[in-house]
Amino acid sequence: MDRAEVDSKIRSIIEPFNKKGVPIEDGTTFAGDLEFDSLTVMDFVAAIEDEFDIIISMNQQAEIEKYGQLVDAVAKQQGE
Amino acid sequence: MSEGVSQADQPVLREGEKPDLFDKFEETIKIRESLLASGVEDPFSLVMEKVLSPTRAICNGRDTILLGTYNYMGMTFDPDVIQAGKDALDNFGSGTTGSRVLNGTYQGHKECEEALKEFYGMDHAMVFSTGYQANLGIISTIAGKGDYVVLDIDSHASIWDGCSLGNAEIVPFKHNDIEAMEKRLRRIPEGAGILVVLEGVYSMLGDIAPLKEMVTVAKKYGAMVLVDEAHSMGFIGNHGRGVCEQAGVIDDVDFVIGTFSKSVGTVGGFCVSNHPKFEIMRLVCRPYVFTASLPPSVVATAATSIRKLMHGSNKRAHLWENSKRLHGGLTAMGFKLGTDEPQSAIVAVIMPDLNKGAAMWEALLKEGLYVNLARPPATPANMTLLRCSLCAEHSAEEVETILGMFERAGKAVGII
Repeated sequence: MDRAEVDSKIRSIIEPFNKKGVPIEDGTTFAGDLEFDSLTVMDFVAAIEDEFDIIISMNQQAEIEKYGQLVDAVAKQQGE
Repeated sequence: MSEGVSQADQPVLREGEKPDLFDKFEETIKIRESLLASGVEDPFSLVMEKVLSPTRAICNGRDTILLGTYNYMGMTFDPDVIQAGKDALDNFGSGTTGSRVLNGTYQGHKECEEALKEFYGMDHAMVFSTGYQANLGIISTIAGKGDYVVLDIDSHASIWDGCSLGNAEIVPFKHNDIEAMEKRLRRIPEGAGILVVLEGVYSMLGDIAPLKEMVTVAKKYGAMVLVDEAHSMGFIGNHGRGVCEQAGVIDDVDFVIGTFSKSVGTVGGFCVSNHPKFEIMRLVCRPYVFTASLPPSVVATAATSIRKLMHGSNKRAHLWENSKRLHGGLTAMGFKLGTDEPQSAIVAVIMPDLNKGAAMWEALLKEGLYVNLARPPATPANMTLLRCSLCAEHSAEEVETILGMFERAGKAVGII
């Protein structure tokens, strides 16, 4: 799966969590722009993990602040 | 997605001003100020001027029934326990002034560990200075770089802090969700060490974990299992060993963590285990090594209390009667509770919001009842809770009195 495919899958997963319909770009931040609280983060991460059958540990999550970083991290795990 | 989620944006600095490191607490300060501005008594600075018994105290000048102390078995005023403490003070002094691995291991510390080994029927017991340190130390030490800690998202702060202190990959799963736990275990790379961390009773809602299924799944994936039984010791399971005993899986649990500050009635923490190499923990576990050991009087009271808890079946039965009666009575009045059935000695009453919760807490205090007010971030799903923990020393009549207080306060505040 290439980065574009990962991107489009994550876009569809993020939709129900994006309550205010914030436009999603690589620079969109989860805490700031999307206003995700810790509960939303947990559900969102679980949805991504299930879709791609991967683990995104808390350690990795701490490094991911922006949408583009998430796509990169998932694409990287898919490549492994 | 970082842990900084709840942190407000940094305020803009005016020229010439120095940054105040306390600015990050501004939001918490404001919440607290607005709560107190409503005129409510401060729920987080209650003072007990006199403690009359395990179930009664003079709080802020009022004679008060205690229903939020975790003093489940009411051991704090047991005459044998108190005598053991006095004798230890006389014979061993007020403190050890040293680490367990240097000058801080007295006869009493060994006797306390012997009592724990007998209580749990396990080969090894290690006593820490607090329960918080037991989780902090064991989790951070045994799960290292490249290992995985798989834990319930509603885990206690001491478990999370143990994860933060260590270097393992931290993988949380949805509360009590067996399938979510299994999915994560299945995805862990082959060959990685895994520690699954669970609690017997989750203290916020008083619900128990499906340990029979969870421990079986964890073992299927080759994980070691740690269960925190802080809120079950002394009254859940045939020997009071906890939910893992009740579920019939204690032999598959690698580490049981517990505390002396609940049923045992003093302070301190411990880990018991059958792992053949467990004793090495005493040399490599920093929160065990780099702190002073418990005072002699504390380990003496703990050891005496633990031995008495082995024979506490009548008290245990009464505690369960109390929990069932309170749970049933509050449900009948229309309060929303954390669990549909009483699962432990904790009955959590869910409040509509923090302000109503604080008002209800104050109304109960004025009735002469103390409960714990719990609020985010300590609570799951941002709930505000009035947490009641029952004691084996609450009489049946006292439980009826408590129910009457809840009914009057609930109506006055408009919750029921």
